[in-house]
Amino acid sequence: MKIAIEKLSKRFGNVDALAAIDLVVESGELVALLGPSGSGKTTLLRTIAGLETSDDGRILLGDIDATRLSVQERRVGFVFQQYALFKQMNVIDNVTFGLRVRKLRDRPDKAEIGRRGQKLLDLVQLSDLAARYPNQLSGGQRQRVALARALAIEPRVLLLDEPFGALDAKIRKELRIWLRELHDSIGYTTLFVTHDQEEALDLADRVVVMNRGRIEQVDTPEGIRQRPASAFVADFVDSSHSIG
Amino acid sequence: MEPTDGQRMSIIVDRSAGSATTERAPVRWLLIAITIAFLSLFLLLPLLEVFVQAFSEGVKVYFAALSDKEALSAIRLTLITAAFAVFFNTIFGICAAWAITNFQFRGKNLLITLIDLPFSVSPVIAGLVFLLLLGSRSPLGSWLSEHGLKIMFATPGLVIATIFVTLPFVARELIPLMQAQGTSEEQAAATLGASGWRTFWHVTLPNIRWGLLYGILLCNARAMGEFGAVSVVSGHIRGMSNTMPLQVEILYNDYHFAAAFAIASLLAFLSFLTLGARSLLERKHGDELAGTRGMA
Repeated sequence: MKIAIEKLSKRFGNVDALAAIDLVVESGELVALLGPSGSGKTTLLRTIAGLETSDDGRILLGDIDATRLSVQERRVGFVFQQYALFKQMNVIDNVTFGLRVRKLRDRPDKAEIGRRGQKLLDLVQLSDLAARYPNQLSGGQRQRVALARALAIEPRVLLLDEPFGALDAKIRKELRIWLRELHDSIGYTTLFVTHDQEEALDLADRVVVMNRGRIEQVDTPEGIRQRPASAFVADFVDSSHSIG
Repeated sequence: MEPTDGQRMSIIVDRSAGSATTERAPVRWLLIAITIAFLSLFLLLPLLEVFVQAFSEGVKVYFAALSDKEALSAIRLTLITAAFAVFFNTIFGICAAWAITNFQFRGKNLLITLIDLPFSVSPVIAGLVFLLLLGSRSPLGSWLSEHGLKIMFATPGLVIATIFVTLPFVARELIPLMQAQGTSEEQAAATLGASGWRTFWHVTLPNIRWGLLYGILLCNARAMGEFGAVSVVSGHIRGMSNTMPLQVEILYNDYHFAAAFAIASLLAFLSFLTLGARSLLERKHGDELAGTRGMA
C-alpha cells in the first residue's frame, strides 16, 4: 500500500522535529530513512505509525487518511529498535498476539490462529523455537520474531526502526540480505530507519536523507552516491562510509 | 609510614580472602554481636513476651479469649477493613502508576510526591481530619447522616482512615517498577491493535504481577495493624466498631492481660505470615520487584 505524507510538521518546543515533510513511498517499495541522530527520521516513522502525534499535515495509507486514526486503527506493522517482544509470552504467543486481541467478530478461531502463527514462523525460519521465551533467543532470532509478529496483523505497511541496530556486524550483513529477499517475496511497502549509510544504500530501492527535520534528498542509491543534492548529503554519505 | 613488603602481602591476602572492606576478626565479631543483641532486645524479646503473656493463663483461656464475641467481631471488622482498603488502594495504585508511566502531564512530580504524604503525616492527624470532614458537626457529615449514611464511628469511617494510611504501598511499588520497564511493550501491543484494557491484562499485568503482589502484601499488613487513625474515627463501640488493635488496647486497659495478648498474638501471627510471603517473593522473584531488583 502506498504511503503519502503531505506537509507533515511536528515541533518539540522550539525545535522542528519535522518541518513540513512531503514524501511518497510507492506500493511495494523498500525505502530507507537515513540521517544522523536527531534528524527526525525516527520521529517521522513513529508519526506514521501513530505513536507520535503531528501538529500539522496529512498521512495517507493507500486511500485512507490516517492522520487522525489511533495507533490501533492504523494497522501498521512496526518493528521496534529493541524489538519490544512480550517477555512473559513464548515465541508463538508473541507472533499471534495481534490476532488474539482482535474483536470477537474479526478474530479467527483458535485453530486458524495457530495455523497462521506456524506459517509466519516458517516464513522467518523459527518453526523449531515456537515454545521458547524471548530471553532464550539470540538478537537475530528476536528480530525475526518481532518481524513475524508485525506481519501477523496483515499490516497496511511495514515500518522498521533501526532493524539491525542492536545486532553485531556479522549478523547484520546476513540479515540484510535475508530481509531484502523476504521483502521481495511478500511485497509489503516497507520504510526503515537507519543511521548507517552503507545499510541504506545496500538494501533500499530509494533512500531518503534527512537532516534537522527536513528531507535533503530522495533518490535511488546510485543517485545519492553520484549526484548528492547538497553538501550535507555528500558529506554524510562520504564520512559515514569511511567509518562504516 | 610505608608498609613493608610483608605487610603489603598480608593486605593483598586479606582482601582476596574476603570482601574488599574486610575488618579484623575482633571488629567483625563485635559488629555482629551488637546487631544480634539489638535485634534480640528490641524485636525478638517483645515478640516472645506477646506469646508468653497470651498463654500465661493457659491454652483454654487463650482460645476462650479468641472466640469471645467481641474478639470475633474485632477480627471480622479488621479483615473487612483491610480487604476494602487493599482493594481500593490496589485500583488506585495501578491507575496512578499507569498514568505516571504512560502519559505526560503537568504536575506529575507533584503527584508522585503527594502519594508519599501518608508516610509523613501522623495517622492520628489523618483520623482527626476525617472526623472533622465527615463527622456529625461538619456540613458534609450532617448531610450524610440526614440521608441515613453513617460514616464516622462505623465501618466506612474505619475503611476511609485505613485507605489514607495505606495509600502509598501499592503505588510506591508499581511506579518505579513500571518506569524501569518502560512502555515499549505497551506501544508494541498498541501497534498490533490491542486496546489499552487488553494491553493492561495481557502485557502490563504479567510484567508487574509480583511487584503488585508485594505491594498488596505490605498494604494489607499495615491495614490490619493500623491503630492511630482508626482509633480516632472508630468511637470504640465494643462488638461494633473495634478492630483488633483497638480491642487489644481496650482489653489491656480493663486488666484482661491474657486476652489482650491473645489477640495481639494473632496480629503478630498475621505479621509472620506477611513476612514469610514477602521473603518468599523476594527470593523467587526479586528481579521483578522494584526495591530489590538485582539483589536476587
